[in-house]
Amino acid sequence: MNKTINGHDVDVDAEGYLTDMEQWNREIAQEIAKELDIDELTDKHWEVIDWLREQKSQGIELNIRKVGNSGVTDIKEFYQLFPGGPLKNASKIAGLNKPTSCL
Amino acid sequence: MKKTRQNYNQNLTIIGAGTAGIMLAHKLKHTGLSITIIDPAEHHFYQPGFLFIPFGKYSLKNLRRPISELLPKGVRHVKESVESIDFDGDSLKTNAGKTISYDTLVIATGTHVDHSMTPGLTDSGWKKDIFDFYTPDGAMALREKLDQFKKGKIVVQIMDMPIKCPVAPLEFAFLADDFFKNRGLRDNVQIEYVTSLSGAFTKPVASEKLGHILADKNIDVTADFYVEKVDSDNNKLICYDGREVTYDLLVTVPVNVGADFLKDLDITDELGFVEVNHHSLQSTEHSNVFAVGDAANLPTSKAGSTAHFEIDTLCENILRQLDGEPLEETFDGHANCFVELGQKKALLLDFNYETQPLEGTFPFAGFGPLKLLKPTRLNHLGKLAFRYIYWYLLLPGRNIPFIHAKMSLKGKKQPQNERVNE
Repeated sequence: MNKTINGHDVDVDAEGYLTDMEQWNREIAQEIAKELDIDELTDKHWEVIDWLREQKSQGIELNIRKVGNSGVTDIKEFYQLFPGGPLKNASKIAGLNKPTSCL
Repeated sequence: MKKTRQNYNQNLTIIGAGTAGIMLAHKLKHTGLSITIIDPAEHHFYQPGFLFIPFGKYSLKNLRRPISELLPKGVRHVKESVESIDFDGDSLKTNAGKTISYDTLVIATGTHVDHSMTPGLTDSGWKKDIFDFYTPDGAMALREKLDQFKKGKIVVQIMDMPIKCPVAPLEFAFLADDFFKNRGLRDNVQIEYVTSLSGAFTKPVASEKLGHILADKNIDVTADFYVEKVDSDNNKLICYDGREVTYDLLVTVPVNVGADFLKDLDITDELGFVEVNHHSLQSTEHSNVFAVGDAANLPTSKAGSTAHFEIDTLCENILRQLDGEPLEETFDGHANCFVELGQKKALLLDFNYETQPLEGTFPFAGFGPLKLLKPTRLNHLGKLAFRYIYWYLLLPGRNIPFIHAKMSLKGKKQPQNERVNE
């Protein structure tokens, strides 16, 4: 599926997660954040986003505990930065796939 | 396995006599390798059966066999646990002080639940109002509790991913619905499913086709709920964002971790799962070390079927590594599982790293006889029959007719708007 985000054409899945993390950039991130009611991405947000992308590019599967142990943030702050569902929302903003189970 | 040479003379050490370890011993018994398997346990359990124990089905006796009867002749079983591994010296030490040298090491220690990872989980409510069903003892204790439970709220809850058999908690909720309906108590019992993920179903096709099942069965769902602590004095789960869920009976799936001796090694991630190449199963740190099944940090389901589909790639690569040849990267993340829905129906899932569970027919395209992602009675019978397939075909390393290690897209219905390379 195709979507234009902030003037950039990207491939997304049915729920709007980028299917190719290489198509991502910071403008896209900002636009997705707005869709998720996060008006401004602070330095802390970016730190977390960059960390998530770095992990994923190494082929590492993410979970909330790993984010909590990352040294970048703790789980409480992670929930404050990306309210509702921190890992799914942060992943979406970072241009990564949705964290899923097998079903 | 393509290699047919039978005169290997090296030492293969397998840690863990679970599904993967026993299968591997059978698969390699004719290669000439001297095989040692290390596991302190006396018995091997058919773990998919644990799900049914709390509902009064099966007994532990039905689900276990002595490991000695399951291993092929000629394989040495060391009934000890591993304490440390010297990767530079290619040897390991057991708790009894034995040193075992290896040419190839396979880590097949699975995963287990760690109650200590969640504050409050084992406080005053433990085994009183809080249970798990991932251990034989836990499943038996919960059986007694459910038998006496007449009224109140049951919360089925997952602490964190990854977990062994990711669909088991959902199956538990469905079977609980059945259990209390059959007892005429369902109106008095509320069932809530609480998950750290975005919902009970997280994949698009499954969500669309199956999302209604929870509402139909009157099971509430609370999503994105990552437990900070359990307040067992007040029967409450507390999320990191302050939300609370109360329970009368908590059926939890605690955090899953790898074997204790792996935790602080540089070959594992922070949960103790061995970091391996996702397609070759070789450790990313040591060329003569492999991990298989739940012990590996593969981004696919932790399940017996996955271990089964890994075995051919693993055997081939163990021998290639001994022959000094490049490894093959053939494992595709294939998993296949029955999902019990209650009312004597089940789903069948077939998927891999790339392809989500889709509708279709299995194992024969267009014919079946099993239907993928659809509730059917035949899938339920398949699930029950699988126990026999497990003991007589899967564990002894025999081929299961018509079931292939690589997932096939034939017979699967592609969702619209998505292109898939076949």
